[in-house]
Amino acid sequence: MKQQILISGTGGQGVLFLTRILAHAAVEKNMDVLTSETHGMSMRGGTVVSHVKIGSFKSPLICMGQGDVGLFLDGSSFDVYRSFIMGEGKSFVNTDVSGEYYNIDATGMAKEMGALLITNLTLLGYSVKEGKLFCDKEVMETTIRKLSQPGHLELNLKGFEMGLNY
Amino acid sequence: MGQNTDRTEQRILMGNEAIGRGLVEAGCALAASYPGTPASEILASVINFSRETETGMHIEWSVNEKVAYEVALANSYTGKRSAVAMKQVGLNVASDPFMRSAYIGIKGGFVVIVADDPGPHSSQTEQDSRFFARFAKIPVLDPSSPKEAKEMVKKAFELSEKYELPVMLRPTTRICHARQNVPCLTPEKLERKVSFEKNPGRWVATPQFLTELHRLLNEKIDKISDEKDFSPSLIAGDGSLDKHCIISSGVAFAHTCDLLEDMGFLGKIDLFQVTMPYPLNRSFIEKISSEYEKILVIEETYPTIEMQLTNTGIYGRNSKLIPGQGELTPDIIQDVLKKFLNIPLEEGGSPEQIKGKRPTLCPGCPHRAAFYAIKKTFPKGIFPSDIGCYTLGMNLGAVDTCHCMGACISQGAGFYHAYARDGGEVPAIVVTIGDSTFFHAGIPGLINAVFQKARFILVILDNSTTAMTGNQPTPEVGIMADGTKGTPVLIHDLVKACGVRFLKECDPYNFEKFTSHLKEADGYCRGEDGGVAVIISKHPCILNRETAKEQPVYSMKITEDCTGCEYCLKNFECPAIIRDSAGKRFSIDQNICIGCGVCRHVCPVGAIVAEEGDNK
Repeated sequence: MKQQILISGTGGQGVLFLTRILAHAAVEKNMDVLTSETHGMSMRGGTVVSHVKIGSFKSPLICMGQGDVGLFLDGSSFDVYRSFIMGEGKSFVNTDVSGEYYNIDATGMAKEMGALLITNLTLLGYSVKEGKLFCDKEVMETTIRKLSQPGHLELNLKGFEMGLNY
Repeated sequence: MGQNTDRTEQRILMGNEAIGRGLVEAGCALAASYPGTPASEILASVINFSRETETGMHIEWSVNEKVAYEVALANSYTGKRSAVAMKQVGLNVASDPFMRSAYIGIKGGFVVIVADDPGPHSSQTEQDSRFFARFAKIPVLDPSSPKEAKEMVKKAFELSEKYELPVMLRPTTRICHARQNVPCLTPEKLERKVSFEKNPGRWVATPQFLTELHRLLNEKIDKISDEKDFSPSLIAGDGSLDKHCIISSGVAFAHTCDLLEDMGFLGKIDLFQVTMPYPLNRSFIEKISSEYEKILVIEETYPTIEMQLTNTGIYGRNSKLIPGQGELTPDIIQDVLKKFLNIPLEEGGSPEQIKGKRPTLCPGCPHRAAFYAIKKTFPKGIFPSDIGCYTLGMNLGAVDTCHCMGACISQGAGFYHAYARDGGEVPAIVVTIGDSTFFHAGIPGLINAVFQKARFILVILDNSTTAMTGNQPTPEVGIMADGTKGTPVLIHDLVKACGVRFLKECDPYNFEKFTSHLKEADGYCRGEDGGVAVIISKHPCILNRETAKEQPVYSMKITEDCTGCEYCLKNFECPAIIRDSAGKRFSIDQNICIGCGVCRHVCPVGAIVAEEGDNK
């Protein structure tokens, strides 16, 4: 099993946290994993991107058109990085505008909950529900429990569930 | 495939964390660093793992890389293992002690970690530190994954001790910020007692000793280039591509492996991984020369390996088959491999440049308040600035130059002398520098400017942290790397001690007061007995949660008076001021506005207001 996942959004939206969750979920499943992240100045509100490669890879980067799954935390990141997702690949986009992708208004849903911070987990939950990721919801839940700060755990799980039930 | 068998102590570590873990496991007794992307997380990881495994060591955020290098170097003289970590341009700052340490050597293993930034993603150059290592005659290791980076830390210590020579470990951004499952071991307990043996001929080494020390260094490098453990490794081809080979190192090797596998060429063509690009193994150089005719070298960022090979007609950076600049992404390497292997390129040509949203200062950032006041007060001013979050003042038209750490103050002086020499009115020169950058390299520039009678305004943007790289503490805060209290050193005192006679301190959120200080400072610069005027712009970074709790919160809104003129967008650029849904006027994004209230002073028609009752 090999899977290449691209995650993109604006600095501060939780791209790095999603990257960590996916990486740990892979280890939970006893699989090799490599990720690549954006640090530095772009984290100040610029477009950031992470690559997650699960299985026997050596390179931490995804080639254009080779991504199996894309998780996009806003529509503009999808426009910038869509070329990395292969034709048969699946993109999940946090937007209220529909298109050639799975869309979910995770921001709107999170806002209703009064917790914008969980937007990323709602998007993740939706991609797990559609069965496009390398792991199921049990593994993902275990990982979220392990990585969440104690104060945020309940909310994070709720956000994830909202996506699962979408 | 993809299952790993060794589950004992597997952890997901970022390359920088893996390096930090490697230092702790190898019994390193002292680690020093100055933060800089992509190297910043190395020291933080040493702190965490040293605490977790209860290994007592001295860990410090030094004032700059030169200082960090020298502290670690002397620690090594006493027989203890030491390490220093920095980004590539940090080595420029530390180059003085670095160059000489090759001649003088060390006692306890000394690993110099220098993180390069091909691309560059977050640096002022994309220089190759392996070149620097070659210039200094210091061996350098080039890891291709976080796991390998950690293993190399141990090997680097051993090599360093065997030859009493510093050894460089050179990861690149893609290794530093990659995460991988990495096996973790119990730290070695070296139990070394401090022991400095005096030897003036070596530790003092006046010029009369240096030719001999240089001869010894040359001998060491010759021997190291014969070290079998550090010679290139081969993934052999099946002979179908006779006399062809590919030589690679670092993350470019990892990309190349995956690409060759996808293309069905892994195991068809001889593929070498160079783990020590300098000194390149001598028998390897001979082997390549005698056995191969068509050779491709893929490396980042300069042709370090390529230039040590003796063959003619090598394909690489110099032959232009590989672009002479920039990061070697898998997409670029794919094109290179196809050209080298005579596989037709796909339609569509080379991969496009990716451009996303540009970064900007955070909502509520005190730097934005200071920049807005500076630009508003001196619309025709000249604005030298420096390296940090505040370089983003460029977006506001309040940063005209940025060069290297601390340069802005000396450049402010240079601009002054240039204009003053021509007579006529000197424009207002307003220099901005961050607090951490001021400590790093600003102080000598300030002494020089005062002494040489330059006249300009220096605004020290003091947010009480090193924000850009992850909020490491500065000497003024008085908290050391391990969280214990140090002896605080105050910017105010330093400025006074540099001979500055005009000094004000002000919160830039207070627009009126800050502006009046700027005007007064300008008057001082132009006065009969004027000189350098310093304003310390003091407000903590809002990424510090305690700050956000302590400051008043205004409930901001934009009224119907907004004409959509875009003045706020162009001159203030707060991410919380957004176009409303119709796209004609502006509104406040309440989700990200922190209620600093500074934008009240911005709107030309007064449409940005704080709602009655103020508190949100």
